[in-house]
Amino acid sequence: MSDTTNKSNQDSILKKPLSRRDVLRLAGTGGLGLLLGGGSIGGILAAQNKKKAVASPIDAAHTVPFYGQHQAGVVTPSQNFIYFASFDVTTKERNSLKKLFQAWTEASVAMTEGAMVGTDNHNLNLPPSDTGEAAGLTPARCTITFGAGPSLFDSRFGLQSKRPPNFKDLPAFSSEQLEPEWCGGDLVVQVCADDLQVAFHAIRNLVRIARGTAVLRWTQEGFQRTGQADPAAGTPRNLLGFKDGTGNPDVKDSKLMNNVVWAQSSDGASWMSGGTYMAVRRVRMRIEIWDRSSLRDQEATFGRYRDSGAPLGSKQEFDPVDLKSAGEDGKLHIPANSHMALTKGDGSVQLLRRSYSYSGGINLKTGQLDAGLLFISFQRDIKQFVTIQERLAKSDKLNEYTVHVGSAIFACFPGVSKGGYIGDTLL
Amino acid sequence: MKFRVVLPAGLLISSLLFAGCGQKETTDTVAKQPVTDSNATTTAAATDFSTATEQYRTYVVEQCDLFVKESEKFTEAVKAGKIEEAKALYAPSRAYYERIEPIAEALGDLDPNIDAREGDVEAAEWRGFHRIEKALWQDKTTAGMNEFADRLLKDAQLLRAKVETVEIDAGLMVTGAVELLNEVSSSKVTGEEERYSHTDLYDFAANVEGANKIYEILKPALAEKDPALEKQIGEKFTALTQELAPFKKGDGYVSYKELKDDEIRTLSQNLDALAEPLSNMGKILGV
Repeated sequence: MSDTTNKSNQDSILKKPLSRRDVLRLAGTGGLGLLLGGGSIGGILAAQNKKKAVASPIDAAHTVPFYGQHQAGVVTPSQNFIYFASFDVTTKERNSLKKLFQAWTEASVAMTEGAMVGTDNHNLNLPPSDTGEAAGLTPARCTITFGAGPSLFDSRFGLQSKRPPNFKDLPAFSSEQLEPEWCGGDLVVQVCADDLQVAFHAIRNLVRIARGTAVLRWTQEGFQRTGQADPAAGTPRNLLGFKDGTGNPDVKDSKLMNNVVWAQSSDGASWMSGGTYMAVRRVRMRIEIWDRSSLRDQEATFGRYRDSGAPLGSKQEFDPVDLKSAGEDGKLHIPANSHMALTKGDGSVQLLRRSYSYSGGINLKTGQLDAGLLFISFQRDIKQFVTIQERLAKSDKLNEYTVHVGSAIFACFPGVSKGGYIGDTLL
Repeated sequence: MKFRVVLPAGLLISSLLFAGCGQKETTDTVAKQPVTDSNATTTAAATDFSTATEQYRTYVVEQCDLFVKESEKFTEAVKAGKIEEAKALYAPSRAYYERIEPIAEALGDLDPNIDAREGDVEAAEWRGFHRIEKALWQDKTTAGMNEFADRLLKDAQLLRAKVETVEIDAGLMVTGAVELLNEVSSSKVTGEEERYSHTDLYDFAANVEGANKIYEILKPALAEKDPALEKQIGEKFTALTQELAPFKKGDGYVSYKELKDDEIRTLSQNLDALAEPLSNMGKILGV
């Protein structure tokens, strides 16, 4: 083998993503030293092959493909944790923004495969290109979902003409108490994973890559019960103790998803075809007040039984909801101002909820817990969210116990194919 | 640490400076300097950095000379009880030190003796600029400051002398540039450095200037190795300088207390935007 062939072989191997677990394994056997020193190529090939043979079945259960017609993290079954981040773009140049999207894509592909970010991870003279806290960990079903806020379509990047119809800041809803530090953003990155450290690692590395181009505007960590705690994978409960998400549309019904979730080319912004619109609300729960209310009142607030999750007047969680059913006294089983009744309405407007609970320490003013729901919904048109939220804001009995303090909407890009990058239909 | 100390020179200089009482202490400090070989120098044989390191040495010596000169004026004002004059001289004289701080930090106890903030060292050991800062701005007196003023000037002179003994290599320069910006990130941009005088922006600017000097010297080598990175660093220095410009006032800067929260945040973000690519300057050193 000539030196040139040797070198090019080595390059091609180095360019392949090396999984975070392999890095440790190779290091343990001295393989890493060989790899770096450009020593025995055969040894590395053997290690690589071994990795494929051994690791694939494990990795499949921990990996959600990054590439696809749609972005992952929307109809993907919810992972245990979320790390949500909203960014402001600081560059004034469209080309820098495009470069950021390309760099984010490259890093995201690596991280969702459980590989190290970048190539400079062993040069003693440089800061490592991967921050390292996920080394040795599986991808933990990590998904990274990207989108653009309405403000990105102002004059800065010449994107005015690309603004999708109806994609403007949300109208003011009654009784909301928005705090600017939890609102808006030019870009969104939603990281979900079954491990919070894996999720944090992803956000941290993307923030690092963005330095000089975009800065964090606000972030929120979120959680729900883990798979370990709920092996039956029932509907998760929110922090008010009720099952949340029972009425979600079936994500396996692709026709329904095309109707409810995925933007279509005929919707007015062809670059968004296959994308989806995200609504985010940071909903603080007045849990101290909730904890002082009777079970009857709590159930009337949601319109469901707390234990079973069944609609009031029914037996099972997934029993059909009949908003007109009444008891012998003529009173509706499900109060008209209950959260479920108002959310469902006449059933003509649907959206896909993918929310997480959050806990943010204590409210310094009141000394009470700052906890609640990081509400996230995906819809084909942001109007779907507005229609339902207007109904809720006006008369939802739950408003007594919750206050919306944060708000943002984002146009989440269509999926990415190999060789492409996030937002490549826009920029 | 990437220093090699030439011991005889250190001994010679210290004995010249402190013919009397200070000698023992000084030689001890010098002797404690780590004698290490930098990995960087041994692996970067391909590039010759001798011109660059010479240029930087000249700069460091120049800054040190000015530091001693200006500190003399400052300490004289303190000793003469001229509070307003001393206040005016305080931040500008420190700037020379801030530009080359990593060098001083590598020289044993010099940095804490010159630059420790209250609480950084045992109360009984606390001396240097910030001790006098507290007297000038908080206690509003120079009473009891004579001794601190004398020692500060001696420490400044000692720094000037010891600088001769520091062996500068490219690795030290690269690390030093990043350290200067880290200094800004961790204490200047937060207003913790100058807690009584609120002259943090003077230090901020001086640290950035010190890092910029290193970048300017290493620029040709970097341009050869990674032109995109060289360009990016240059742009971010410009952006940060522009961000700092509105806060200039006369020959100096406005008080940290005049900054609004969002202005501080923007300064901090611009600093991070520069420090991130700057931290990759080590590329010139090879693998």
